[in-house]
Amino acid sequence: MELDAKIPSGPIEDRWDNHKFNLKLVNPANKRKYNIIVVGTGLAGGSAAASLAELGYNVKSFCYQDSPRRAHSIAAQGGINAAKNYKNDGDSVYRLFYDTVKGGDFRSRESNVYRLAQVSVNIIDQCVAQGVPFAREYGGLLDNRSFGGAQVSRTFYARGQTGQQLLLGAYQALQRQVSAGQVKMYPRHEMLDLVVIDGRARGITVRDLFTGEVASHAADAVVLATGGYGNAYYLSTNARGCNATAVWRAYKKGALFANPCYTQIHPTCIPVSGEYQSKLTLMSESLRNDGRIWVPAKIGDKRRPAQIPEAERDYYLERKYPAFGNLVPRDVASRNAKSVCDEGRGVGPSGLGVYLDFAEAMQRLGHHVIAERYGNLFEMYERITGEDPYSVPMRIYPATHYTMGGLWVDYNLMSTIPGLYVAGEANFSDHGANRLGASALMQGLADGYFVLPYTIGDFLASHRPDQLGVDHPAFKEAEQGVNARTRQLLGIQGKRTIDSFHRELGKILWEHCGMSRTEQGLKDALGMIPELREEFWKDVRVPGENEEFNQNLERAGRVADFFELGELICRDALERSESCGGHFREEYQTPEGEALRNDDEYSYVAAWQYQGDSAPPALVKEHLDFEYVHPSQRSYK
Amino acid sequence: MSAIAINRTTFFCRTPVAKKVVMAVTGVILFGYLIGHLAGNLLIYSGNPAAINRYAELLHASPPMLWTARIVLLVAVILHIIAAAQLWLLKRRARPVGYCRKEETGSNYASRTMIWSGPIIALFVIFHVLHLTAGKIVPLAMAGHEPDVYHSVIDGFRVPMISAFYILAMVLLCLHLYHGLWSMFQSVGVSHPRYTPLLKRFAATFAFILAIGFISIPVSVMIGIIR
Amino acid sequence: MKLTLHIWRQANSTAPGRMVKYEVDDVSEHMSFLEMLDVLNEKLTLKGEDPIAFDSDCREGICGTCGFMVNGVAHGPLPKTTVCQLHMRHFKDGDVLYLEPWRTRAFPVIKDLAVDRSALDRIVAAGGFVSIDTGAAPDANAIPVPKERAEISMDAAACIGCGACAAMCPNGSASLFTGAKITHLGVLPQGQPERNERALRMVAQATEEGLSYCSNHGECEAVCPKGITLEVIARMNRHYIKAEWVDRGQPAE
Repeated sequence: MELDAKIPSGPIEDRWDNHKFNLKLVNPANKRKYNIIVVGTGLAGGSAAASLAELGYNVKSFCYQDSPRRAHSIAAQGGINAAKNYKNDGDSVYRLFYDTVKGGDFRSRESNVYRLAQVSVNIIDQCVAQGVPFAREYGGLLDNRSFGGAQVSRTFYARGQTGQQLLLGAYQALQRQVSAGQVKMYPRHEMLDLVVIDGRARGITVRDLFTGEVASHAADAVVLATGGYGNAYYLSTNARGCNATAVWRAYKKGALFANPCYTQIHPTCIPVSGEYQSKLTLMSESLRNDGRIWVPAKIGDKRRPAQIPEAERDYYLERKYPAFGNLVPRDVASRNAKSVCDEGRGVGPSGLGVYLDFAEAMQRLGHHVIAERYGNLFEMYERITGEDPYSVPMRIYPATHYTMGGLWVDYNLMSTIPGLYVAGEANFSDHGANRLGASALMQGLADGYFVLPYTIGDFLASHRPDQLGVDHPAFKEAEQGVNARTRQLLGIQGKRTIDSFHRELGKILWEHCGMSRTEQGLKDALGMIPELREEFWKDVRVPGENEEFNQNLERAGRVADFFELGELICRDALERSESCGGHFREEYQTPEGEALRNDDEYSYVAAWQYQGDSAPPALVKEHLDFEYVHPSQRSYK
Repeated sequence: MSAIAINRTTFFCRTPVAKKVVMAVTGVILFGYLIGHLAGNLLIYSGNPAAINRYAELLHASPPMLWTARIVLLVAVILHIIAAAQLWLLKRRARPVGYCRKEETGSNYASRTMIWSGPIIALFVIFHVLHLTAGKIVPLAMAGHEPDVYHSVIDGFRVPMISAFYILAMVLLCLHLYHGLWSMFQSVGVSHPRYTPLLKRFAATFAFILAIGFISIPVSVMIGIIR
Repeated sequence: MKLTLHIWRQANSTAPGRMVKYEVDDVSEHMSFLEMLDVLNEKLTLKGEDPIAFDSDCREGICGTCGFMVNGVAHGPLPKTTVCQLHMRHFKDGDVLYLEPWRTRAFPVIKDLAVDRSALDRIVAAGGFVSIDTGAAPDANAIPVPKERAEISMDAAACIGCGACAAMCPNGSASLFTGAKITHLGVLPQGQPERNERALRMVAQATEEGLSYCSNHGECEAVCPKGITLEVIARMNRHYIKAEWVDRGQPAE
């Protein structure tokens, strides 16, 4: 199979504009004849559904949550990047593009990233107009803060709740279309299969989580905006319900899955406290603006932080990376935290933690400034740990956070299945091997507000609306498949709980395919995961029935998919014999312990094609060209 | 969103926000009346029985004025009661299955008892009118052809049950006023992080003073300060 | 520590429910309340009993999915804290806890502690937005917004739509929710053109949903996990009154 990314030619700054002009249009009067399904209501899905409905398409929007407003984009704290250069500090579209390509460790598509940087400015305009209450300065104009991986202040924020406010903006736009009758909303519905007819995505099969009823919906195009797969690791900063089922079904129907091993481990999360733990909580990366990261210089120093004098502290990020200091990109910060803990200098009861200290900032700026900037984050930390970060340094440790990999899409965000579009974290497109802070919100909204509304039109313009009904045999077949799988899960009635399997899978992935990976470790994981999966299908106990509100059945289906995806993550990590961004192979590092890329052999997107349950997936490569930002060893020193 | 027209007349009657405004506005009228009423009553302490009697005569001097006032008050009372009853019905429908356990975290005794203090005060008002206006409970004392308010009050409050009911009603009135006084501002949309706490304190003080003023009269009669 | 839980069990929205008693041992003080229930659910599953249904998602207090009554208080005893962020260190060995779903007519029980809050979505759909199509926005700095205004707006916009206000309100009213959205948009310049219609429509929809009325008890603000105050309700009333009687249906100035 050949992958055609449909990247426009010409100077990079004109590509998107030229491409938009070349895209075919759907006559305004004809738009209402087209049906579009959007799965997921986060920043990408919510903004796409609202924008497509505004254009006049009939949209059906699905989410597993009880309301579209609850998608996990809501939990993003720190901010959203945009190349507005309101600070006059030298920012530009080109610089945002440059930083993102470099931050992604030269494993992203230049044209996509440039477009992202271009539309970033429109996103801020749009959100302000919607009533998003961004932070402002006394003059009434928008405030910005700096963020990891950048030397300019380009991050717009709304206290520590930027994701929430942006999502509410998209949600409000969506509700407006619901009230106008342009969007039909299906909350508490989970997509369990993609329906492909004549090689084209024509609909989905969903389970109504309230009643258990399985039904299908047909459309002229399907958009998946179902988020990332970080929950494969069990413990992650994702929401409890985040899952990869929708993208995994699409993968099994022929969509290629790209770069699954690019998982981002976020450096500033609250450390694990026990076996029962159901999730990890992220503390916004913005804390690194004023907080200083350190561990005791001596191994096994168990004194309380206040008793350790300045001279016996190791501010290891500031020491190793004087230019960026505590603001190095996430992958670098995470790996360094792991290595100091591996040396035995970690803090806290488990020894898996480092201090994030605000004492110096509070002295410099005053208690009130810190409270104003981070008050809600400090409160959150105190609620979870019972410790007051104003007086005791925070303890943080990295945790699985974001997945840069996802379904492969071309420049139009269309997957390898015609008519199936993928947006936001669910696709692989813009972040390469590592995502910079405050760029996820930007990408989700860019895809939903400013890319999909154009590119879907191009596809629809060349496909007549045919009002396909769900009586087509392909839909019945999909429904039967879903029902059979449900019956199978309910029928096992084994002796282990779903969570016990999920926890075990998570541990395998975290240990063998987490912050650092080795060939042997990955091979071991590739042996363990299928075994565990087999045990799952023999011994899991899923209580209840299908025809009811059954949260365990929902979870069982998701975990079953994580097993298969987990295997693909490891397979991809094993295949990529280099280190880049979030993918750190211990065999490939510089003498200083930094990621060592191999651009000659691995400058490609690894897209995996499903070949049936019994055969390993096939690797299809999309070569990456760097015409503008030339690959170099990333240096944040 | 203005594409869809709203029928404004039905709109008004249906929204509880509007009903709360009715409660607030009628509440202000009744509150104003209470101040005037107490001011008049306190003439009983002037030492001269004629003072309060003259005040009563003055009130009755112009029948059109008197009846206007009475009608305004009556309408206010009726609207206050109707709105309260409608809201109470809404409340009853709002939670068909009650909690097995329910704590009170933000409300207070006064706010929770509005629905009881209100009807008891209403009953008291009827009783009070029958007692001192119509003379149906204890015969009114007369000074010639005119009613002798001063002695009627004393005759009434010498009956312990009457005084007790009066005092109970005034305690409830105090609670009702405390919540009503600051709440009416909230209902018509006046709230301020700095002034609302002050307003609450003011409401408490004022309700307390008003109640003490009224209660002092039966107490004074019973312990013989007024005779 | 060891706890006794009395939990409302109800098979579905039409079945009758009842309180059922559970004993849980080995509760760690570092667990969150929901993790404590997760552990109980795993035990129930292995015993062949039906696990307790409750909604939760982000488990970091921002998505608004979780929420039930703990001993008669929405989200439990800790102020400004959703039940997913409530940790067991706030309870002590031997405590007896009563867990019940949100109870208001507008939130029918789906199962056990999970309820249907779609009424809140319909209130937002009635007018909780700014009518701006994608692409039509002026430059973000074209309209300055005084910092204080932005802060008032943000205080209200912090609402997570959990429904605790309605669950706790003696009148079953979601005025804090409705007021928060009206305030969020109503104090910003971007929200002015539709301010009147928004207030009229959202209040009408809340009434339609049976989310009743505010009588200023203040129970809602005491349990609001985001610390939203009664001030937003006053502002809702003010916008409503202005729309209804002062501007009489004309757009706000």
